[in-house]
Amino acid sequence: MERIHWLRHRCRQLLAVDSERGWYSPPDGLPSKDSPQRGSGKRRTVFARYGPHQEEYEAVSKKYKGNGIRTTKYSLLTFIPMNLFQQFHRAANLYFLFLALLNWVPVVEAFEKEITMIPLLVVLMVIGIKDALEDYRRYLFDKKVNNKLVRVFCGKQNSYVDRCWKDVRVGDFVRLSCNEIIPADLLLLYSSDPRGVCYIETANLDGETNLKMRKVVSDLSLQGADFTPENFTSRIECENPNNDLSRFKGYIEHSGEGRVGLNSSNLLLRSCTIRNTETVVGIVVYAGHETKAMMNNSGPRYKRSQLEKRLNTDVLWCVVLLIVMCLASAVGHGFWLKSFKDSVFQVAGETSPALAGFYVFWTMIIVLQVLIPISLYVSIEIVKLGQIYFIHNDLDFYNEELDSRIQCRALNITEDLGQIQYIFSDKTGTLTENKMVFRRCSIYGVEYPHLENARRLEVYEAEQNEGAGRTTTLKSACSRKSLSCRSLSCNRSSVSLHTLTAESSEEEDQLSNHAAARTGAFCSRMAQDVVPDPELVRKLSKLCSSNLHLRDSASDNISSLELTYITDFFLALAICNSVVVSSPSQPRHMVTESQAPVRSLEEIKLLFQRLNFYSFSPPQIKGSPRSFTSKLFTRGKTGSFAFNTPPSNGADSSDQDLKNSQESCKLKSEVDPTDRGDSTATGSEEDLENFSKEKGGGDGDARNVEELCRDMEPEENGDDELLYEAESPDEAALVYAARAYHCTLKGRSAESLLVDLPGIGSLAVQLLHILPFDSNRKRMSVVVRHPLTGQVVVYTKGADSVIMDLAETQKGSEQVQEFYCKIKEKTQKHLDMYAREGLRTLCIAKKVLEEEEYEVWLKRQLLAESSIENQEELLLDSAQRLETDLTLLGCTGIVDRLQEDVPETIEALQEAGVKVWVLTGDKQETAVNVANACRLLRSNDQLLTANCGSKDALAALLEELLIEVQNGENGEEPSFDSTSSFILVIDGRTLEWALQEELKESFLQLSCKCKAVICCRSTPLQKSKVVQLIRDKIGVMTLAVGDGANDVSMIQVADVGIGISGQEGMQAVMSSDFAISRFKHLKKLLLVHGHWCYNRLANMILYFIYKNVMYVNLLFWYQFFCGFSGAVMINSWVLILFNLVFTSVPPIIYGVLDQDMPADTLMKLPELYGAAQTAKVYVPATFWITMLDAFYQSLVCFFVPYFALSRSDVGVLSFGSPVNTSALLIILLHQVVESNTLTWIHMLVLVLSAALYFAFAQLYSAFCVICSHPTNLFGVEKLQMSQPLYYIICTLTTVAALLPRILFRALFNSLHFPTSLKTAHRDEAAVEQYRRRMHRWNLKHTAASSLPVCADNPGLVPSEDEVMS
Amino acid sequence: MLASSYKDEDGHISVSGSGAAAAAGGGSLRNKKPENTAFKQQRLPAWQPILTAGTVLPAFFIIGLIFIPIGIGLYVTSNNIKEIEIDYTGVDMSSPCFNCSQNFSWNSTKSCTCSIPFQLDQPYESNVFMYYGLSNFYQNHRRYVKSRDDSQLNGNEESLRSPSKECEPYARHDNKPIAPCGAIANSMFNDTLELFYNDPNGTKVQVPLTATEIAWWTDKHVKFRNPGGEGSDLAAAFQGTTKPVNWRRPVYELDSDPNNNGFINEDFIVWMRTAALPTFRKLYRIIQRRNNLLPTLPRGNYTLEVVYNYPVRSFEGRKRMILSTISWMGGKNPFLGIAYITVGSICFLLGIVLLIIHHKYGNRNNGADVSH
Repeated sequence: MERIHWLRHRCRQLLAVDSERGWYSPPDGLPSKDSPQRGSGKRRTVFARYGPHQEEYEAVSKKYKGNGIRTTKYSLLTFIPMNLFQQFHRAANLYFLFLALLNWVPVVEAFEKEITMIPLLVVLMVIGIKDALEDYRRYLFDKKVNNKLVRVFCGKQNSYVDRCWKDVRVGDFVRLSCNEIIPADLLLLYSSDPRGVCYIETANLDGETNLKMRKVVSDLSLQGADFTPENFTSRIECENPNNDLSRFKGYIEHSGEGRVGLNSSNLLLRSCTIRNTETVVGIVVYAGHETKAMMNNSGPRYKRSQLEKRLNTDVLWCVVLLIVMCLASAVGHGFWLKSFKDSVFQVAGETSPALAGFYVFWTMIIVLQVLIPISLYVSIEIVKLGQIYFIHNDLDFYNEELDSRIQCRALNITEDLGQIQYIFSDKTGTLTENKMVFRRCSIYGVEYPHLENARRLEVYEAEQNEGAGRTTTLKSACSRKSLSCRSLSCNRSSVSLHTLTAESSEEEDQLSNHAAARTGAFCSRMAQDVVPDPELVRKLSKLCSSNLHLRDSASDNISSLELTYITDFFLALAICNSVVVSSPSQPRHMVTESQAPVRSLEEIKLLFQRLNFYSFSPPQIKGSPRSFTSKLFTRGKTGSFAFNTPPSNGADSSDQDLKNSQESCKLKSEVDPTDRGDSTATGSEEDLENFSKEKGGGDGDARNVEELCRDMEPEENGDDELLYEAESPDEAALVYAARAYHCTLKGRSAESLLVDLPGIGSLAVQLLHILPFDSNRKRMSVVVRHPLTGQVVVYTKGADSVIMDLAETQKGSEQVQEFYCKIKEKTQKHLDMYAREGLRTLCIAKKVLEEEEYEVWLKRQLLAESSIENQEELLLDSAQRLETDLTLLGCTGIVDRLQEDVPETIEALQEAGVKVWVLTGDKQETAVNVANACRLLRSNDQLLTANCGSKDALAALLEELLIEVQNGENGEEPSFDSTSSFILVIDGRTLEWALQEELKESFLQLSCKCKAVICCRSTPLQKSKVVQLIRDKIGVMTLAVGDGANDVSMIQVADVGIGISGQEGMQAVMSSDFAISRFKHLKKLLLVHGHWCYNRLANMILYFIYKNVMYVNLLFWYQFFCGFSGAVMINSWVLILFNLVFTSVPPIIYGVLDQDMPADTLMKLPELYGAAQTAKVYVPATFWITMLDAFYQSLVCFFVPYFALSRSDVGVLSFGSPVNTSALLIILLHQVVESNTLTWIHMLVLVLSAALYFAFAQLYSAFCVICSHPTNLFGVEKLQMSQPLYYIICTLTTVAALLPRILFRALFNSLHFPTSLKTAHRDEAAVEQYRRRMHRWNLKHTAASSLPVCADNPGLVPSEDEVMS
Repeated sequence: MLASSYKDEDGHISVSGSGAAAAAGGGSLRNKKPENTAFKQQRLPAWQPILTAGTVLPAFFIIGLIFIPIGIGLYVTSNNIKEIEIDYTGVDMSSPCFNCSQNFSWNSTKSCTCSIPFQLDQPYESNVFMYYGLSNFYQNHRRYVKSRDDSQLNGNEESLRSPSKECEPYARHDNKPIAPCGAIANSMFNDTLELFYNDPNGTKVQVPLTATEIAWWTDKHVKFRNPGGEGSDLAAAFQGTTKPVNWRRPVYELDSDPNNNGFINEDFIVWMRTAALPTFRKLYRIIQRRNNLLPTLPRGNYTLEVVYNYPVRSFEGRKRMILSTISWMGGKNPFLGIAYITVGSICFLLGIVLLIIHHKYGNRNNGADVSH
């Protein structure tokens, strides 16, 4: 896996490099030098390759890139020079090179010439091999992509032939069928779809799984079924390649005819997949590296961990130390030389002392080179890889449902996980499941609690808690489905594109594994199964029954107005969306001729017509029911009769309800004498009454409802065939909810929708317009011709705040207004209640348009659509004009359940001293609610709300809040409850001001004092700004976690970005450093792995520096006894290998495996995380203590042998031997002292390291007779090791050197209180473990005796033990 | 806690159950589930040394208890070693070698002899090692250490003719290659020391000195070899080479014994093994014990006769003659014994301190344990 991550990383890196090298033109529309300059120089012209414009094609297309891609860095020939060139960009390698070269200067030569090359060669080789392997993988990957086949039109054969991707050129016609991956950026010229559209899935590009519609170039769409490439004579002008996925501008010029504008909806992007369309043909406009997909590969993000920054300063100290030591030697040597004249041991006396000192300076730099821990950087890389390996393999991060592990995408910031102080979390999909389930709704001011539904959800939850990994459980099965739901009728091609990294191809493989599961996008089984509210079903059933028994209902208890509301409501749910319907058997449900209606449609229409007293005319007051139908469907706009009493009153109240309605109706007619037909008022009332009665019919009782419900069920199973692909999970949830009430969306085409209505059957609804959702309007609308009334109706669905505002201005009498106000009030109350419950709320409204009104609007809309300049503004304007005077139908509450263990995780993180902020796009109430639910907000916390209308107001408010907080802190200091604190809630608009320069400071001040901050209604940009502000101004380590595309910027800005691979595709994951599948994983990731990684790495670095300083100082002390001449008493091979081989592995093992505390203790005591942060391991103090210790140890290590041997006949190397051996033992044992855990691996490595040293020394001294010139070890070690004195010295040295460290540790651990607390806790944990183990033992034994089955499955019990321990 | 452990258990059972089901159900299903091994889950059984006063205590006492006896042993051993050091540099006017030291330089051809009387207060049992000692002589100087040609010393003919560059500027003289080349060889110690026992009856008996087996066996037999192989005529072998500048005699005339001549002359070999420190001693001769009943060197007066060749005044060096017996731990050196005793005592004392600390503070930990 790591390799794959590397690959991905490298891939990006190299793309960045490529762009520097001019592989493709720089992004963002900068005019590239080699692109064809025509006219403005920002355009490219495309001709058909085999068309009539051959010459032009030749002239123009030569300069365009082919479709082959090359992401490798090197070729076989260039590997060595280029790799070396790359590697020597690193300072570390240059340093090595410098040392190696320095050693070639005779006057400063310290070792044999080869020896100083060794470290360099080792590093170069290790990195070179790694690079080569990665490059090879890239090469294979490129090859795979380049050699994929695609049908391309060939002029000579006059047909489509198979060709490799790499041979596709700009101007080629490419024919693709369903599920094929688009090989280059194509301009869509033909689609088999009669409407001239095709669908693509951009999951490979941005991870979005919903289908996107692309249109054939507008005037070509009507060319009919046959598209003939040979007749294509047009010229295409478009922008130069750029990396903006959503922008494409250009025009197509037909010979002799005019120009037709092109936009991004005509462009099929490379690496997307064709879906739901049989055949498409396109002409290549950008190929290969010039495609938007390729250009969009942003460079790698190299994050430098805090620790590394600290390390760098310490390395600088090492450099200073080195220079000081070398200078001291140089000066010392100068003076030493001056004091002697012509002594026999001076070899070349002619150099002046000053010059000799200068030479010695450089010699000493070579001798003491290990002081600069260059190898440390390599070791850190290896250690981090090891840490990543363990994180990656952690069983706790494994998600059984998705069969996914944690993905570690950034390899160099593991230790930052242990330093997080701020967490910025998205809400939807991060804290919650992002599995939208219709929970309850309110129509006509009546709330339907859907208790059954709630119960069902609980059941799911329980199931989930019970067996997280039971593949057989419904839940896991469907969530797997929900992931794989992106492809429906079509199986996904298993070949991924090169823009996809290998990882996502894995993902894809994984998906294709579940290809059998077929569900619509964003629809878990849970979302599909909505248990209808009985009350609502009963009311709705009236509609069905009313058809037949129109007049003989006596026991009716529902007003017809309410019924119209309900019907409209569900109709709106079913059609006001962009959901694409498909079923496994059929690619897409087109509107077919409606089947035989359940009841005769004609009958109903007739019925309606009978009741149709007069045609609808706004702004008329209701009360003249010329048509019952129109009344049914227009009353929403014009007025109403009554309020329903709350549903809790149940059926009893319904009678009263009806009376109410009648009364109010009367009232209204009285109030409104100006009404057109006086008589109609009563008529209407009668009518209504009659109608109601009829509707109630003979089957108005509960029995029938139940029957009906039962009836519905088999039918529903039949409907299961239908699959909905929605843009957002909410939409799907609503459509499924509508389906539960038999208001089923059956098909969709460009002009019409096929809807099943309860009791009526399939109706084709003429679709006039869709005003799609945008985040400014926060709503979407459909304009349809009502199937029953024939009126033009606008259904709007949107955020409650917006809809509520738009539904405000109602014309009509006071009475009507009052009535509306009541509905609104009630609905608002329900909305608030939903929000408090943490439901996502949406409001549904409608508006009936007059034909003339519609005509007027239509004109402007068409104008807007056809305009080229500021089209978007005009469209927005047009939409806004339409969406006014809405009639509120009701609202829905969609539940997005919290992920499991979210409260626990947040609690633990807060205990760990991490501040958790929630940044969400949701509304305030929902956000506060979720905060409440996940225990971010406690009951005794004080909520500070900042919703300001202006900047000045905010400034004042901030001031005020700050004072309040300060007062709160100061005033309540004595009685300050540890759990009571302040939570700031700020909305997007206010946040915008708060982030401005002037208010930044006070905002920061305030937010620092708050335990948590909740930013709602925030945009992605704001999210990233907030993170940036905190990160830069407070200078803390930040972590951002999110799952959607809107979190990407935040994830990228934060020090550590975590993506949650959930429902919303891969975009967040792609930009993250770590990708987890559940929010709860964060707990272990930070508390355990973060803690460990930081401690390990910090300790490892300290140890490494200690090791180097300690060893190098030995050589330095020797200089005092050799005239500062740069002589060494240790064999130069041993010297070089000491760092490279003998003591290199133990620190790495230490850095990978050490555990200062067991995982369960860390999980249980989150405060340890914060404690580890405050008592930082790696701070200047510890660095200097380590340095001092290193100095002490080197002094002991040098001077004990010195005094022991000074009066003897010891030779240079015989003296070095015990010194070196002691140093090795001290260094290795020092690690044992420092280690918190020692496993057999530690032991093995330590023993092997020591053994390797002794073996090497022995062999070297036994066989190397005349090699290694000035430090020939021949016979030395053998002799030394045969003498007891050697061991006596080594023992004494080792003990004396380690004594202070051991003493320090012992005293520290004994006296330092928190540590002893820690120990106590650990003991406690151990006790607990013991208890558990005992308990399990008991269980096991009882189980074994009672259940012989267990014995058949021996794996069960031991593995259980493993998990537990 | 118990409840939760139950829950864990249940959860786990279901997990393993599902694993089996999945394996049975979908063979093609690739399972990315990490292996549940102790290594991968970082649950390797580990020894967790928590160094506290309590845990470290025994170690300190044990170290103390081991080191103090060793130290005493070493100290006693070292004290039993008899050693006498005689400085014969001749810096003082009163010194018998004063004249020699004053007049002498590398170029003088006439040898100067001086004799220094000294007295042994104790008889020297067993073999007595005779060393010469030099002070302020930096045999470990980097350039000096380098200035030799191991290949030449190993008998390589080619290196004999054309010494390595490392030997510069002592590689060639008078256009002839120097054998042995280099500064180390050039500066070889060339005083001759002789020891006479002044018998109480007035006779002066020369103490027999053994000049062999003073070098390392490996040096003598492997590392150093004469050119031309065993038994050949050394003078012929060294034909065409010249002696080092400071030498009086060529290398093939160092000794009359063919097995101790040329490059394998043990005095030469000993000199070539450069000393670690500027004040050093090198083994010169061994006085073998002849008679088990008599001490090797009986108590009494002795005379050291020095043929004074080696000038040290230019670098303010000192020359010494040392007579020493040796033990299993080498020569006389009280340091190790004292160091062991000191470290042992410190450990012991610290052990006591830690014991106090442990009693004072350790209880708190225990208390915490109990309370939970």
